[in-house]
Amino acid sequence: MRISVEQRLRRPRWLTVAVPVGSVVFAFLIAALVLVATAHDPVSTYRQLFDAAFRQKGSLDQTLIVATPLAFMGLAAAAAFRMKLYNIGAEGQMYLGAITGTAAGLYLGGRGGPSAFVIAAMVVAGCIGGMLWAAIPGILRAFFKTSEILTSLLLNYVAGYLLTYLIFESQSYWRQTKGFNATVFPTGKPLPHNAVWPGWTLHVQGGTTVPLGAFFAVLTAAVLWILYKRTRFGFEAQVLGDSPRAARYAGVRIRRKILAVMAVSGAIAGLGGASQVGDFSHALDGDPNGLQKLGYGYTGIVVAALARYNPFSAVLIAFLLGGLENAGNTLQGPSFPAGLVGVIQGIILFCALGGELLVRHRVRVTWRAKHVPATTAGAPETAA
Amino acid sequence: MNNSLLVVLIASGVAYGTPLLFAALGELLAERSGVLNLGVEGMMLVGAVMGFWTVQRVHATTGLTLALAMLIAALAGTVMASIHAFLVITLRANQIVSGLALTIFAGAVGLSSYLGNDLNLADQPAAHDFHAFLPKGMQDLAVVGPILFGQNVLVYVSWLCVIAVAVYLSRTRPGLNVRAVGESPAAADTMGINVTAYRYAHTLVGGAFAGVAGATITLAITPQWVDGITGGAGWIAIALVIFAFWRPELCLVGAYFFGALQALAPQLQARNITLGPTVLWTNSLPYVMTIVVLVVVSSGTARRRLGAPTALGVAYVREEH
Repeated sequence: MRISVEQRLRRPRWLTVAVPVGSVVFAFLIAALVLVATAHDPVSTYRQLFDAAFRQKGSLDQTLIVATPLAFMGLAAAAAFRMKLYNIGAEGQMYLGAITGTAAGLYLGGRGGPSAFVIAAMVVAGCIGGMLWAAIPGILRAFFKTSEILTSLLLNYVAGYLLTYLIFESQSYWRQTKGFNATVFPTGKPLPHNAVWPGWTLHVQGGTTVPLGAFFAVLTAAVLWILYKRTRFGFEAQVLGDSPRAARYAGVRIRRKILAVMAVSGAIAGLGGASQVGDFSHALDGDPNGLQKLGYGYTGIVVAALARYNPFSAVLIAFLLGGLENAGNTLQGPSFPAGLVGVIQGIILFCALGGELLVRHRVRVTWRAKHVPATTAGAPETAA
Repeated sequence: MNNSLLVVLIASGVAYGTPLLFAALGELLAERSGVLNLGVEGMMLVGAVMGFWTVQRVHATTGLTLALAMLIAALAGTVMASIHAFLVITLRANQIVSGLALTIFAGAVGLSSYLGNDLNLADQPAAHDFHAFLPKGMQDLAVVGPILFGQNVLVYVSWLCVIAVAVYLSRTRPGLNVRAVGESPAAADTMGINVTAYRYAHTLVGGAFAGVAGATITLAITPQWVDGITGGAGWIAIALVIFAFWRPELCLVGAYFFGALQALAPQLQARNITLGPTVLWTNSLPYVMTIVVLVVVSSGTARRRLGAPTALGVAYVREEH
């Protein structure tokens, strides 16, 4: 028997759906093996996970709190990865967006402007913050050919220290300095009420709040889809991603394109940071064990890869992975160790990556024929 | 004199640089064979947690326990690397995404955290750890004492590894073969070199080195387990391979430089030296300097001397060459 892998000439449509779904199913089977190996019951664990993610009272509410930032992070990664620019700095760009977004909210909200105006300013400020932080690896890549993978990732740590510094080690504008609590444990200054983002309550599970950020995430997905599918910019970016040489011959201004794509990616991550503060925490969270422990920026890479960089799929996957992550937080305890959700996500991603092979290639099993003339059978085989 | 900031920084630079060195040597071997593995951080964390688990659970003499811990850590790193190897060599997945996936899977919020919590390892001091073992008289020598003789055994092992890797790559047949595989797999294949086997072997050995690097942190530098204890060391190690122009002896220099930068924050804190927002800049310094050196190395004249393997990051498929 001989197994050979050949490139597909045509890619059947159904495969692009079947392979990801199959990968996820396969991933849960492998994760079940991990659970069995560490003496946990997979069936009851999965049932608990599903209930805690989507069915329990109040679970959808919590899932949306995780899914909203994940959608932004997934879109940020998708925007860059699609062009083969591996911006893995969404995490740090989100912190910066949170910092600038909070500053705008504190400053303008404190002066009592109309809420819509303050929120719009926070959105813009968040985008700018993330964009500027992403511009560092962008410029280094465009002008010095420095790997954006390493620089964008290393800047995540710097952004984390900056965030902690603003709340814990300085008397910055973002820190709550008045009141009794401020002397006990350092916290961020709370946003004024007109800078808090509104949410819409649905009558599901006794009240589920859809945050404003979730709408922004869907809107961002639509804009991104139009940008990549319907504009010259998106077309050129994709050509550059697939074949830099072809792009150069076609007259694409490569440096400008790299900077623009990094800026778009950073702006989305920064918007996610502003939403994090405006929608949920309502103050800058500088605790090294708070926002920084959640690793939304890294999970965003899983979201983008599973969505195969399609913006609308990214929003859907963010919702599903958000449910998984939320369930992990809810169930966390001795029978459900932290980190299990990360393990499951990682396995899903591995399976999706391996499954790619089946989309692009076809695996053929050929049985050796009984009577093969010696002249044709021998030569190619022995060379291997 | 041996307590002066400079001597202490160099001495602890050597200690802090050792995990970087191990990880960089492993990554160098994998990359020389043409496989880019961005999963170093994840492999280090799993090695770190499994090494720590071994010393907490095995009851034997210190030397035996620590040797076993290193072996388990190397094994854990190898297992992690085998996932990446299978995906990128056999299934031809994108090496960058697969490496990232490995770091997410094994990393600070993934498998290493799961194992650490499930095995109840957090917030305990290590039952055994590596420490300086040479005679006190040698350690007390001026300047060279703390730097050269005040180190734990892993530091000396890492020196042997540098020599071994350097000799392997430049003086042995398999070493020359692996360079051929990394430069031109099609030519190597024509020569009768088994490209797949070479790539698998070096990716797995790279994983073993990363596992040892992780355990060096939990058993020698800060003998305890905390989620995400490596703090980006795996990424600095990947950058180190680039600074070192893919040469093992230069990895040593770079590792100690970045080790000293990492040692700066705790040293300044211990001596109560403050200079502006000290915590902020001392903690950020290793990351910022890594970026600065990367920029210098990757631009201009330096780039021409770069020894990047030509086929780095490219899957080899015989039928498509």
